[in-house]
Amino acid sequence: MTTNALPASPHPVEVQHHTPWHEYFGFSLDHKVIGIQYLVTGFFFYLVGGALAGMIRVELVTPLSDFMARDTYNQVLTLHGTIMIFLWIVPVVNGAFGNYLVPFYVGARDMAFPRLNAVAFWMLPPAGFLLMSSYFVGGAAQSGWTAYPPLSITTPAVGQVVWIISVLLLGGSSIFGAVNFIATILKLRQPGLDLFQLPMFCWAMLGTSVLVVLATPVLAGALILLSMDIVAGTGFFNPALGGNAVVYQHLFWFYSHPAVYIMVLPAFGLVSEILPIHARKPLFGYRSMIYSILGIVFLGLIVWAHHMFTSGTPPWMRLFFTIATAIIAVPTGIKFFNWLATLWQGKLALNSALLFCCGFIFNFVFGGITGVALAQVPFDVHVHDTYFVVAHFHYIVFGGTVFVIFAAIYHWFPKISGRLLNEHLGRLHCLLSFIGFNVCFFPQHWLGLNGMPRRVAEYDPQFQLINQISSVGALILAISTLPFLVNVFLSMWKGVPAGDNPWRACTAEWLTSSPPPVENWLHEAPLVTEPYDYGSTEDAMSVTTVRGRDLWSAGR
Amino acid sequence: MTTLIQRPTSHRLEQQQEDRQKVPVHSHHPDVRLFGLTVFLVADGMTFAGFFAAYLTYRAVNPLPVNAEYELELLLPAVNTLLLLASSLTFHRGSKVLMAGSMSTCRSWLLLTAALGVAFMAGQMWEYFHLPFGLTDNLFASTFYALTGFHGLHVTLGAMMILIVWWQAGTEGRFTAENHFGFAAAELYWHFVDGVWVVLFALLYLL
Repeated sequence: MTTNALPASPHPVEVQHHTPWHEYFGFSLDHKVIGIQYLVTGFFFYLVGGALAGMIRVELVTPLSDFMARDTYNQVLTLHGTIMIFLWIVPVVNGAFGNYLVPFYVGARDMAFPRLNAVAFWMLPPAGFLLMSSYFVGGAAQSGWTAYPPLSITTPAVGQVVWIISVLLLGGSSIFGAVNFIATILKLRQPGLDLFQLPMFCWAMLGTSVLVVLATPVLAGALILLSMDIVAGTGFFNPALGGNAVVYQHLFWFYSHPAVYIMVLPAFGLVSEILPIHARKPLFGYRSMIYSILGIVFLGLIVWAHHMFTSGTPPWMRLFFTIATAIIAVPTGIKFFNWLATLWQGKLALNSALLFCCGFIFNFVFGGITGVALAQVPFDVHVHDTYFVVAHFHYIVFGGTVFVIFAAIYHWFPKISGRLLNEHLGRLHCLLSFIGFNVCFFPQHWLGLNGMPRRVAEYDPQFQLINQISSVGALILAISTLPFLVNVFLSMWKGVPAGDNPWRACTAEWLTSSPPPVENWLHEAPLVTEPYDYGSTEDAMSVTTVRGRDLWSAGR
Repeated sequence: MTTLIQRPTSHRLEQQQEDRQKVPVHSHHPDVRLFGLTVFLVADGMTFAGFFAAYLTYRAVNPLPVNAEYELELLLPAVNTLLLLASSLTFHRGSKVLMAGSMSTCRSWLLLTAALGVAFMAGQMWEYFHLPFGLTDNLFASTFYALTGFHGLHVTLGAMMILIVWWQAGTEGRFTAENHFGFAAAELYWHFVDGVWVVLFALLYLL
């Protein structure tokens, strides 16, 4: 009789730090260094974008634009959106965690194209600083992160062109990254490792990368045409010159709706990695999770025009995109029920990582419900371009993805640094984030339903109280970052040594030292064919904690 | 009670402790660069797809002013299409010859391919200078120049790649029948550029 105890956490040893600090500032080819470069750079831009959000919420404390000029407000909201999406969320969930984890999960020593990987990262800081510098040279772009013409054609040209160049660089970086992920996951798997044995994060990254490869180039094309309209005087999107502004919207949303999935699919994958470990249960419905990802990828490409119900879309188009959008709730719902089933009667360790995941589930489900509501044409026409959309969107990307990013940092920090983060500060961070987030964004639904338009520095005085509540929430959110920063710096310095595998996890990144050596394992790469093999030890054999398969095989 | 699942993971951490002192194992993975290039070309193709979609939408919903209707000359672009298709064939011949191991013949085929590409670009230039409309005249003119210009950029890059490969092939042993990634990459890219042109020609000139 063989027992199959989970890998025991070995006696904690003092952390030996391997990577010299200056390597993080150079052209390193190590996927782990590049992942951390993405993470830290992204977090820097998160702080910048957060400061801009703070300026927005300060401006909206009073109905008049008394904190900054109206065109400054437009620049601030444009920079806030662009930085948060293209320099924080997309690089961190894809670049940071994708680069750090995918080679481990496929049993590889590095990504398929390490040099391309480094190039993709190093496109990011110049693009970010270029974007920010536009504020100081003649003013940043003012047309929002969507850059809809004719607004983007008529606002000052310099900022808009800089914005376009910067987004093209970031899109190129994203495409290079996606090429790398697809090649790594499909071609660099260890011999004997089947696609259907991969951890869910690999599938999420595969789906995301397919979306990046298919959708991002279309945005690039649209932005090239837009820059020609601005610089060369063509009229692609300029109705005054015989062009068609709605064509831009189609091309833009053909990328930017999948972009929502580029931002949340990796987060879905990370949650699928974190929940089973801290619930000590196998991931529920492994296959259905994969098919849901594939379904979301396919449907995600054919729902873009639900952003354009007020752009004169013909009825057949409205009907098609409403139905397709409603259907996408099905695979998403499957994933959420699977996570709940994974948690159900598990041996939950209510640590910061799991709590942030639970916050994610709560927030994202709420954002998903308002999303299905927004897909219905009569409702959408009513709340289009109001704060309802702002609230919905932030429930998806902040309440969804950013919560998962923090969960992932609490979960993988011990692997990256060799030390645990402080749990008390972590839970305080989680609590403040959850309260601050919901106080900030929940009232905005009410604002939108009552007709407050988005992207305005001045508003009807009747909305003042609710706006002030929302601003208080933003303040709590800002404060919530402090315990996190203190935690990270203190723990890096004096944290409890974590040992190689503090969570007693089964996946391959934990089966090496913390931090891992340069080529990931000193010995042969481990072949992990059961990444979620928790709760199947003999003493844990009960109907509630074991997969059906184990019960069947044990009963025979 | 029967045996539960065999867990390959259980002994690994102990093994790893032992391995701490060992030198790292280096492993070589298969060459997946052509696969990566293929994925990138899918992305590049989607840029063209976006342009084509915009162009077709314009044709469908944005009628041109009457004085802007213009029938494009077909002879030169048709000859150009043949030149580009022929260049794909010559590149293919070159790779066949490379496989057979005859490097000097291969270089001649490469030079011929590059020459055909340059001839195509010359034809495009001639057409640009003789068209009766400019970039900003109307929506069709703008789309025409954007599409052919973006493709022309690809042809230029491709011709430069071919010349670089031709130059590299001059070094003995740089490309062999088994090991010739740079050559294969340039060939794949060139076929892609040709394929895009066929679609572009059909949409812009024939439709």
